[in-house]
Amino acid sequence: MTAARIYVPRETSAVSVDADEVAVEIARVAKHSGTEIELVRNGSWGASWLEPLVEVEVDGVRIAYGNVGPGDVAGMFADGLVEGGEHARRLGPIQEIPYLIEQDRWTLFRCGLIDPLSVRNFRAAQGFNALEKAFADGPEAVLSAVVESGLRGRGGAGFPTGIKWRTAAETVADQKYIACNADEGDSGTFSDRLLMEGDPMCLIEGMAIAGFATGASKGYIYLRSEYPLTHRILTRAIDAVRDAGWLGDDIQGSGFGFDIEVHLGAGSYVCGEETAMLESLEGRRGIVRAKPPLPAIHGLFGKPTVVNNVITLASVPNIVNLGGDRYASFGVNRSKGTLPFQLSGNIKRGGVVEAAFGITLRELIEGYGAGTASGRPVKAVQVGGPLGAYLPAEQLDIPMDIEAFADIGAMIGHGGIVVFDDTADMAQQARFAMEFCAIESCGKCTPCRIGSTRGVEVIDRIIADQDRDVNYDLLNELCDTMEDASLCAMGGMTPYPVRSILKHFAEDFASQ
Amino acid sequence: MSEYDPQPVSQVIEQYEARPEMLVQILHAVVDRLGYVPEQAIRQLADELNLSRADVHGVVSYYHDFRTEPPGRHIVKICQAEACQAMGSRELVAHAESSSGSDVTLEPVYCLGNCACAPSIMVDGKTIGRVDSKRFDRVLARLGGAA
Repeated sequence: MTAARIYVPRETSAVSVDADEVAVEIARVAKHSGTEIELVRNGSWGASWLEPLVEVEVDGVRIAYGNVGPGDVAGMFADGLVEGGEHARRLGPIQEIPYLIEQDRWTLFRCGLIDPLSVRNFRAAQGFNALEKAFADGPEAVLSAVVESGLRGRGGAGFPTGIKWRTAAETVADQKYIACNADEGDSGTFSDRLLMEGDPMCLIEGMAIAGFATGASKGYIYLRSEYPLTHRILTRAIDAVRDAGWLGDDIQGSGFGFDIEVHLGAGSYVCGEETAMLESLEGRRGIVRAKPPLPAIHGLFGKPTVVNNVITLASVPNIVNLGGDRYASFGVNRSKGTLPFQLSGNIKRGGVVEAAFGITLRELIEGYGAGTASGRPVKAVQVGGPLGAYLPAEQLDIPMDIEAFADIGAMIGHGGIVVFDDTADMAQQARFAMEFCAIESCGKCTPCRIGSTRGVEVIDRIIADQDRDVNYDLLNELCDTMEDASLCAMGGMTPYPVRSILKHFAEDFASQ
Repeated sequence: MSEYDPQPVSQVIEQYEARPEMLVQILHAVVDRLGYVPEQAIRQLADELNLSRADVHGVVSYYHDFRTEPPGRHIVKICQAEACQAMGSRELVAHAESSSGSDVTLEPVYCLGNCACAPSIMVDGKTIGRVDSKRFDRVLARLGGAA
């Protein structure tokens, strides 16, 4: 009998709820009982609510066990774990879990499936096929496919990726860069992390393709320091890929050379803004630069630089493999393709759900998410991170469409969806929006630097019932100033959550 | 107070080939080694990287990660961003402030990216999820020696 293959994720969320301890216990019990096993530390499938999610491979089928604690392991072995035996934690074949099979896994299709550090696993699951195809078809074919796909930046701004790449490709320079923005700072977002921990080579391949298409030989990944485990996985993956000859000089005899360096952020939210990120990559304070010039023309160290989010770059290999038209067949209107939506906050089934644009917020929250964790009614949903609007329960039928959100003063951003139940005090959430801006403002422009602090004070006066009408007017004027006159989205969009709360939850200010 | 030893910082600078554009990475390495960025290190970095002290000080003071005071024996960061707020992080902060010993440095952090397993904390660089006050107490008790 061959060794039973058992999977335990090495991903942050799984590890945060004791997956390492579960793995150690599995190894211990197996040894003690003389059972031969092969322990694989895979990525997470993204069903975070089921973590630690353990799988055992039986006749080629992976049987899942959810919410496994170290204390469950001995009992699972006793109940025949290696044959996929019945147990209270048993969920059945992973491929039959509705949360996973109903998704459109375009970008995350390898997450959970493979050992993220194995080049062989990656190759066996179509890894580097797209880079080979790019070498065969040439840069222009890649650019055309990305333009045709309709892919827009997944960091939040939604700028067409193909246009950005073409701009960089057409700019003549002795050196160009690909700068991957992995400073996933929005609260309620973790899809970049899931991808980098579950399928880091997909990002590496996407960056190499971007380099090939635009003529860049050097890539940087700007990774937030709050992701230390991601950092370890990513750097090991890059080393493994380099050792296998898919990074470095003359990749696979193509004549194209490309390499990647990982830089750590240092706890600054604004460094997720592309020009602040470039400043930080150059070793300086993460202060926002005025645009133009565009980074695609004058970016890192003054050279043409493609700045793309992790998911944007990781979506590219399949666009090259399967065709831009195929990607564009997903989604609605100008929101083409898929987005890994991230469900969190007060929700029963939190995790990452990759779905085509057009799915409604209700389908995500009530369908995939199964409602609030507390069982109480949904009061508000913040979409798009700390700069995103809070939507009331009545707006849940809105489709996930970048323009539809913009039309109601909201944004999808990086796809974070944070649910609050009816116990939430929305006046405090409005105050926090301003407070967060005050803490994280880079300080370059006055509306953001000063406005946010004044905003906290005005909201405090409203909550304390001091001259409420006057202070409401003042808050509105302050929001106008911040929106109109801030240099970047930090100050410019902090009014979004504040105004959405004034509009939909005004009673929370009065109830103090 | 003990004499400042320039050796560790010199080693870090050497490791990064004294490239000034690596300052953020260099400061990370300094904090990894010393636990914080001492005033003397700022002078030394400025000298050896050919930057002004204002340049180095500016970078140190800009980023949350670069503390300039020695921390306690353990650093516990509690996520205070929206997803964790929705799951009771404000209550967790109150609990932590009233129950943590003096060898623990409590710091706020705005998102650990563990939002679907909220509330989250980070203890000496390790992210821990689904932390209610009971789990918080168990985690701190395991640190050993902590009150």
